[in-house]
Amino acid sequence: MDQILFNLGLLAEYPVVNLKIIIDGVMIGALFALAAYGLALVWGVMNVKNLAQGDFVIAGGYVAWWGAQQGMHPLLGVPAAFILMWGLGWVVYKLLITRVIERDLFTSLLATFGLAIMMAQIMNLMFGSDTQSINLGYETLYFADGLIDVPIAKLIGVCMAAGLAAGVITFMKYSRMGQAIRATAQDSRAARVMGIDTEKVYAFTFSLNSAICGAAGAIIVMVWVIQPFYGITYSVRAFVIVTAAGLGNLPGVITAGLGIGAAEQYGSHIFGIGYQQAIAVILLLLVLVWRLSQQRKNRQVLK
Amino acid sequence: MSKTLFYIILGIITVIAPFAFPAFQTQLATLWLMIIVAQSWDMTGGQMGYNSLGNIFFYGTGMYVAAVVTIGLVYPVGEYTGAAGGGIYTFTPDEYFLGMALSIPAAGIFCALCAFIIGYVTFGLRGPYFAIGTLGVAIAGGEMVSNWDWIGGGQGISMPSYPYNFDQFKTVIYFLYAILGIALFFFCRWLYQTRFGAAINAIRDDEGKAEAMGIHTMRYKLIAWAISAFFVGAAGAISAFQLIHFEPLETAYQTINLGIFMVVCVLLGGKGTLWGPVIGAVMFHVFKELTWNYFLGWQWVALGALIVVVVVFFQDGLMGYLKYKRPEWFGIAVDTKEAKV
Repeated sequence: MDQILFNLGLLAEYPVVNLKIIIDGVMIGALFALAAYGLALVWGVMNVKNLAQGDFVIAGGYVAWWGAQQGMHPLLGVPAAFILMWGLGWVVYKLLITRVIERDLFTSLLATFGLAIMMAQIMNLMFGSDTQSINLGYETLYFADGLIDVPIAKLIGVCMAAGLAAGVITFMKYSRMGQAIRATAQDSRAARVMGIDTEKVYAFTFSLNSAICGAAGAIIVMVWVIQPFYGITYSVRAFVIVTAAGLGNLPGVITAGLGIGAAEQYGSHIFGIGYQQAIAVILLLLVLVWRLSQQRKNRQVLK
Repeated sequence: MSKTLFYIILGIITVIAPFAFPAFQTQLATLWLMIIVAQSWDMTGGQMGYNSLGNIFFYGTGMYVAAVVTIGLVYPVGEYTGAAGGGIYTFTPDEYFLGMALSIPAAGIFCALCAFIIGYVTFGLRGPYFAIGTLGVAIAGGEMVSNWDWIGGGQGISMPSYPYNFDQFKTVIYFLYAILGIALFFFCRWLYQTRFGAAINAIRDDEGKAEAMGIHTMRYKLIAWAISAFFVGAAGAISAFQLIHFEPLETAYQTINLGIFMVVCVLLGGKGTLWGPVIGAVMFHVFKELTWNYFLGWQWVALGALIVVVVVFFQDGLMGYLKYKRPEWFGIAVDTKEAKV
């Protein structure tokens, strides 16, 4: 308790520390927002709740890490992860997801949970259970007498995340396939009547989701660490963000992603690093309770 | 009449099994644990249609309540955990058995109270949101406990060890599980025939209509979850005595182990049936132990694949399959003439 008060006092005494926490949070939150956007896409288009989201992120990270071990430039790992994870997403869709689309939601939740367990363990067997990361070897910038440190690697990571997000948004808005995806999300039957091959759209959407997650993972391995069993925390964060923002609400997803990044940094600063995971989960519960209280006013429930 | 005979034979097997296969006593005890958690999951998941992924919360909470009650009766808990093996704390046999007798029901009752409080919030959620919300409760519970130094934090907590010899200890644990499991089975058998059983089935089939018919759905949901939590918590308390030392994230609040196994057991056996969870737990446990023996290292991959295959292809489970193939065994009359037309 004293420690918490002391930490709060520290924040009040040095306002510039707040700035550092927010910068860190926004950098991390940008990557959460990417994974969450993929989840919102899959959830909205084919009504599948993918609990293996975080494991796609980690798998993308391992692609980049393995490439770097073989002497590839680390920044090339991001497109490599994007392409390879696209392929993996397509395989997963053909083998598993296509069979759960028409079923009730608990089926997809549990089936992807099984998939998450499998993926985590396969990565554990292939790459070992140590935490891994890529050192880009760039410098760190210091501001405000060294109180704020911004590694250039992190800046590059955030820029790549923003670039990827912008690319995906443009694609969704202007390309023919993007239009088909949005049409299918609105009404899959009507889309089928209009001559859209929804099966193809589903496969494309899931592969795109997996590729976005993979690219996010490839960025994470440069600015952070990955480990085979870290996947579930990314899945939980993606669920928090999508539940808070709602489906098909892209500005909401980005805001919520940045917000949860900052909230986690604040939480771990105030309560101690041990609570970082707990805070993500508690935020999920708080968001659910808040959504619930909104619905209860109209005597509705959260379905 | 033959049914009574069947139960008697099963009862005799239950009593004889630990003595006939002494090397498998711990395995059989774990099998009973699986049956208990699967059967209690089915009460809300199968019979009431609320698929919780967070029932493991009650298992972990039950373990910790058992530890705190047993230790707290003799020593201050904070001092005991703070010593971290440094001090010498002995428990006389009387203290041990008193702790056991008190802590198992205490864990059950505490978990039932937790279920009331958590359920009051989470039962507003439906379908997948309920599953995610309860999963969140379980993960958050584990994280909070692992940061709580009074009960040992991430290091976990040690129970007193059994005062007499170890073989006897295994038998005692087996029978504790078995008694709890049999009690749960017959309790469910009775409960599903009462008005209460009909009410929770109505909630599963159409909650809105059930409410319109004058069923206080919230009250029924809370009571059903509390009953389920009571048994899971009591099973957790027995596990605490069995494992002696346990830590929060991997043992007590083991979200991806037992927490998901109990759901798979029920799906494997057949959701919403009395015998489904029992049969499913036996099948799952045998599969799990075989993969553990022969695919060491790949056992998790095999289990994940089993979950995927069961969920996607055999969601009705064995009982559902039999119901479809042999409806007359379940007292369902099928008019074949009508079906042909």
